[in-house]
Amino acid sequence: MEQIKIIGAGLAGLSAAIHLAKKGIPVTLVSFQPSERAQSVMAEGGINGAMDTMGENDSPAEHAADTMRAGCDLADPKAVENLTDHAPELLEWLLRLGTPLHRKDGRLIQRNFGGQKKKRTAYAQSSTGKVLMTALIDECRKYEASWLIHRLSHHEFVSLSVRDRRCLGVWIRDDHNGVIFFLPGPVIFVSGGLNGFFPGMTTGTTANTGNAAADLFAQGVAFANLEFIQYHPTTVQIPEKRMLISEAARGEGGRLFVERNGSPWYFMEEKYPKLGNLMPRDVVAREMYYVMHDDSTGHQVYLDLCGLSKQTWKEKLTDLREEIRYYLAIDPAKEPVPVSPGIHYFMGGILVDKFHRTNIAGLYAAGECACQYHGANRLGGNSTLGAIFGGKTAAETAAAEMADFQSGETQEKAPVWIESVPRRAKHLRDVLLSGLGILRTETGLKEALEQLENLSAVQDQTESNRRLLAKAMLLSALERRESRGAHTRTDYPDRDDEHFRKTSIVQIQNGAFVHHFAAIGKEMHND
Amino acid sequence: MTELLILRRKNQDEKPYWQRFNYDPKSTDDSVASALTALNEQENLRDAEGKPAAPIRWECSCLQKKCGACAMVINNRPRLACGARLSEFKGVVKIEPLRKFPVIADLMVDRSVMFENLKTLRLWFESDAKGKDKAMSVSYEASRCLQCGCCLEVCPNFHIDGKFTGTASAVPMARLLAQLPDSQKKAMTDKYRLHVYEGCGKSLACRNICPADLDIDEILLNSNAIAVWKRFF
Repeated sequence: MEQIKIIGAGLAGLSAAIHLAKKGIPVTLVSFQPSERAQSVMAEGGINGAMDTMGENDSPAEHAADTMRAGCDLADPKAVENLTDHAPELLEWLLRLGTPLHRKDGRLIQRNFGGQKKKRTAYAQSSTGKVLMTALIDECRKYEASWLIHRLSHHEFVSLSVRDRRCLGVWIRDDHNGVIFFLPGPVIFVSGGLNGFFPGMTTGTTANTGNAAADLFAQGVAFANLEFIQYHPTTVQIPEKRMLISEAARGEGGRLFVERNGSPWYFMEEKYPKLGNLMPRDVVAREMYYVMHDDSTGHQVYLDLCGLSKQTWKEKLTDLREEIRYYLAIDPAKEPVPVSPGIHYFMGGILVDKFHRTNIAGLYAAGECACQYHGANRLGGNSTLGAIFGGKTAAETAAAEMADFQSGETQEKAPVWIESVPRRAKHLRDVLLSGLGILRTETGLKEALEQLENLSAVQDQTESNRRLLAKAMLLSALERRESRGAHTRTDYPDRDDEHFRKTSIVQIQNGAFVHHFAAIGKEMHND
Repeated sequence: MTELLILRRKNQDEKPYWQRFNYDPKSTDDSVASALTALNEQENLRDAEGKPAAPIRWECSCLQKKCGACAMVINNRPRLACGARLSEFKGVVKIEPLRKFPVIADLMVDRSVMFENLKTLRLWFESDAKGKDKAMSVSYEASRCLQCGCCLEVCPNFHIDGKFTGTASAVPMARLLAQLPDSQKKAMTDKYRLHVYEGCGKSLACRNICPADLDIDEILLNSNAIAVWKRFF
């Protein structure tokens, strides 16, 4: 029987590997860099789970309701319930692994986060992703020592091998010596979001090229909801990228304002008296866009953290303060921080069912590369949870289906690996951004598609794969003729449940581009 | 215009050589990482003499001092390229790979010995961690270690094949020691003494070099108390 191969070693990959190894199932864990370099270490604000440690009578059902509401009812409710029901036991597991989540008097402390009515976000200052990763890396090491987890740490995914809609395995490349080789077996894909399509414009890792997702798409793997790109409200420009100012800053009392008639206008508090600055991210980003483009304002939005107590800075946000001081030369305890929305998360990705199966047998996907749990807009604190839970679920499904895997020697020749061309990636990015901003229109999307068609021809397979996936993103945004969550169409400003409360699916079938909408949770049957 | 002097090496078998590049910073915040990124973005990279040059190989991921990928020696000091602003330097900026590790190419080194050491030392919880409140501060601090290797680079006692595994292992070990289940006490404290405490010459060069600004004093103090002075908390 062939070993399961995991592509990516962030939270989802580590979780998948550990859960398989715990069952005694050997796996190969492939990543371009060691886990310490994965984007997951950059996750800041926290991880959600209705532990009800704050005496607010919280429950997994309320967590599910908040997740569905923030996702504008586009997530699969059964998958979401599964996630939120298991979140408390998953947090318990992380505590048993020694994760230093903030606690007091033996009790886990949970904080407020955007779009949630109860305090259910567990955290470690604003370095939650880093401490979760350290705990999972240590746990993973236990199984590496007994060879249940075999790490290939400086290996890059090159191509998936698919025959008759079955996954045969993966081609990978040793980045140290350039050797390309084939690894047969079922594959769990946990390669992260599509940052590589927006170089310099996202808060994520620069190591992500997006080439892996593009290869899968070109080979017939179905992708879903690609139009939903999360612009995080509070980011700042630093050299070569956007930097996130964690939502925890608002969770702990930070306020957004813009100058109007010589005084600060706390627009979120005025427009949304109940949740104010902690409205879901899509709403905040959109409102920021409006006030930034309003001629009666000073255009620049600020995050006001001057009212936070000394204790809050010391116990909850020390790292964030240091970061802002270093990168912006501003002490956020004394001066407001100029912020603007930036690309932070991709709700869409590889289409998976609630068991994390894709439309290709033997191929599973989890974490940000997959489309699951978050609908049209992700809640803060659900990405770390979704990655760890998704990795675990994908691992359980892959384990249950291992016996069905039909091994077969790939008949293909080793694919040619092509070094990324940064200038070309930036060109493609500009085309995408022209259509996929916070506000979108049919004209803008059509123009972007036209620009894409007019890009000069290339012989490079990687680049042509990338253009296919780029087209899929633009087409998905064009076809969704409504406004929902992170997808705002000024020409279709209303939400249209009758026609569009559906999953948007795009794939290459028999060499042709196919886009359709399918009933939520039943996408695979329509495939 | 900033002048960069970079130690180039095609691979382990080829001889290293210095190559000079010019970089025009876009802002005063530009770092060594910005310069390397911009140079590699040039379609036909040329050195300061106008000769064609191959793209410069280096590791990079977060560009925010959170992942440790871009550790290298900059003007004789190991640090993260993304945390080294060009405006800090006067004159030529000299950039070399970390010297304690085998070079793969250019500024890229093989740091796998760090990860192998952690495995050899069996750094993990065999059973549930003791999640006591007072362990959280050290546990949090130790969890922040980037495994970048800067501390090993400056350590006079660390050698790639030596018994002393350095601060890069002492820090992850501190996370475990702080919350150690009883069953692991003897084995882990023995290892700490043998591979950390006894090999450390107390130069504490690691203290001022850590790009994550870890509180090495607090971390070592806590581990010494537990593993050497047997003050289990």
